[in-house]
Amino acid sequence: MLARVEGEGALELSIKDGKIEKLHLRIFEPPRLFEKLLEGRPYTDVIDIVARICGICPVAYQMSAAHAIDSIFGVNVNPWVRTMRRLMYCGEWIESHALHIHLLAAPDYFGFENVVAMAKQYPDEVRRGLLLQSLGNRLLRLLGGRSVHPVGVCVGGFYSAPSVDAVKTLLKEFKQALPMAEQLVRWTAAFNLPDDQQLFTSVALCHPHEYPMNEGRIVSSSGLDIAINEYQNYFTETHVPHSTALYSHFNGQPYLVGPLARLNLNLGKLPSGVRQLITESGIAFPSNNMFHSVIARAVEIYYAFVESIRIMEQYTLPAASCMDFSPKAGVGYGCTEAPRGILWHRYELDEKGDVVKATIIPPTSQNQARIEQDLQTSLMSFGLDHGDDELRLRCETVIRNYDPCISCATHFLKLRVDRS
Amino acid sequence: MKPKIAVHKFASCDGCQLAFLNAGEDLLTLAGMVDIIHFTEAGPIDEETEVDIAFVEGSITTPADCNRIQRIRKNSRYLLTIGACATAGGLQALRNFANAKEWVASVYAAPEYIQSLATSTPIREHVKVDLELWGCPVSAKQVLRAVHDLLFGVTPKVELDKVCMECKRQRHVCVMVSKNIPCMGPVTRTGCGAICPQVGRGCYACFGPAENSNTGAMGVWLQGLGLMPEAIAKRFLFINSEAPEFRAAGTQWKSK
Ligand code: SF4
Ligand code: SF4
Repeated sequence: MLARVEGEGALELSIKDGKIEKLHLRIFEPPRLFEKLLEGRPYTDVIDIVARICGICPVAYQMSAAHAIDSIFGVNVNPWVRTMRRLMYCGEWIESHALHIHLLAAPDYFGFENVVAMAKQYPDEVRRGLLLQSLGNRLLRLLGGRSVHPVGVCVGGFYSAPSVDAVKTLLKEFKQALPMAEQLVRWTAAFNLPDDQQLFTSVALCHPHEYPMNEGRIVSSSGLDIAINEYQNYFTETHVPHSTALYSHFNGQPYLVGPLARLNLNLGKLPSGVRQLITESGIAFPSNNMFHSVIARAVEIYYAFVESIRIMEQYTLPAASCMDFSPKAGVGYGCTEAPRGILWHRYELDEKGDVVKATIIPPTSQNQARIEQDLQTSLMSFGLDHGDDELRLRCETVIRNYDPCISCATHFLKLRVDRS
Repeated sequence: MKPKIAVHKFASCDGCQLAFLNAGEDLLTLAGMVDIIHFTEAGPIDEETEVDIAFVEGSITTPADCNRIQRIRKNSRYLLTIGACATAGGLQALRNFANAKEWVASVYAAPEYIQSLATSTPIREHVKVDLELWGCPVSAKQVLRAVHDLLFGVTPKVELDKVCMECKRQRHVCVMVSKNIPCMGPVTRTGCGAICPQVGRGCYACFGPAENSNTGAMGVWLQGLGLMPEAIAKRFLFINSEAPEFRAAGTQWKSK
């Protein structure tokens, strides 16, 4: 029987005759059982409840839920609501990606223990990152009152509309910061990243006209193209004993979601200016180097700035910030592009609008199987004869690349190597 | 010698520790004033060294965490909880009113591998807590002020007022009086800046009960607005269901 591991991440590695015999990434996040505690709660609580699954990407949870419930009640949102949801999502991408790049990833690549140590030698780069991050948070506050678990979103739209003045003030700061977002892309593109080409399937949303955030079909690099409500026909979620995160597979195989998958599948949807910047930075996308994820994040930050500026420049007050509707029974689906990849929700509501059943499939569990696969490949190409400490550092870097929910993203890894 | 601090995580969403990670410039300033000994999400890991101030996010939901919090208490001179999870069990404490074993079994195919307690409990039920900061999430301002006070040897002040007071200070229109929207502001601790009434919605009590809050009158008021007893119970049994006042009021309405 497997020993149970609690409260920590651990990697179990058995090496035999120069080959990996077993590789298990154990993640133990104490289960918080959200799908169950949603049952019986009114639809009005759902958006505030699911936000609490993740403090770093609450808006993604709010958006997937809002779209699912809108669809059950037959709500068609007006263009203002649709656009503001997109604007809010931009805020979350900026905040979450900037946090990841500067506080988690960059110290790895530059060989620092943490961001504080890095700030001593690279004060300008770190400060630039913190500023971009804070602007993402400002955008969240504009539409939601606060950046963690914002309170502005409701089924059918927003509780209220921000004033034209408030938008104008923020717009000015976004315009000033745009060149910094551009520098960020060039900076990450110049990182000394390992060249580790791998074969993997990318999965992301795809929208006919725009880079995907709130809407689209689910597509893959292997040719899948389905409506979001067909997800469970193609993707399966299983529980493996060594982890509290569930594992997802597509046709029985691991797959990748997140910024690199999104960018690989949606390059053509980016405005020409953003594509131009990618070309100038010298990195060729689509890319099969997982380490390019950090650059993909920087590109998405830049794009989110461009998009926010476009939206804020056209901002006007709406006739209504929220649509009228009445609750109905039914089943609805929501799938949006969280910073870490597609976040899939399914709700069954009764005629009062109370939750009968909820299913939530977060990006981290979708990437879980892919992370193990990546570790296998990367460790082989890195060389298994490295010492335990070097192996651990490499593994941590590989895992962090997926930006899994931060509690498992950091210097956590207990590596147990069994060499025989 | 610089004071040593630690930030610990238990069952939570990581949202409260973002008070530090979102602090920008203030984070760098703070890092210059203290030695950060343990803060998994920011890099350093060391639960064994003694620290002057420990911040605890999250609730206790596993047998291993029951032991870990004891160890942390021993190693910390001053221990404060940040947020609803650590202070009142958090949203996940709703399992305390249900059959948690069944819940685990319906989520995991191999529940025998999931070591999870039937309850989610606040830190104070396990160890002595020197200061509790409420909120889901705590406000960054609150946390940074507490740090500042502690570093200068002052006992930090906690908010005791009700959200209603803040609303009046900010001259928001009362959503309950003007629009008949159920609002928990009269019994909820302030600290958020009354942001819900500000956007025209009722407060859902994410900052927990205020001092001397009249939960009895609150329930009757909600009933007057047309809420059924079960719905009233859910207003109390939400993000801070392990706060004694809310637990009592919620349980009472649930049984009506
Ligand atoms: S109190 Fe709220 S914001 Fe803080 S960790 Fe718990 S769920 Fe997250
Ligand atoms: S008004 Fe109430 S629910 Fe809203 S943020 Fe403040 S305390 Fe939380």
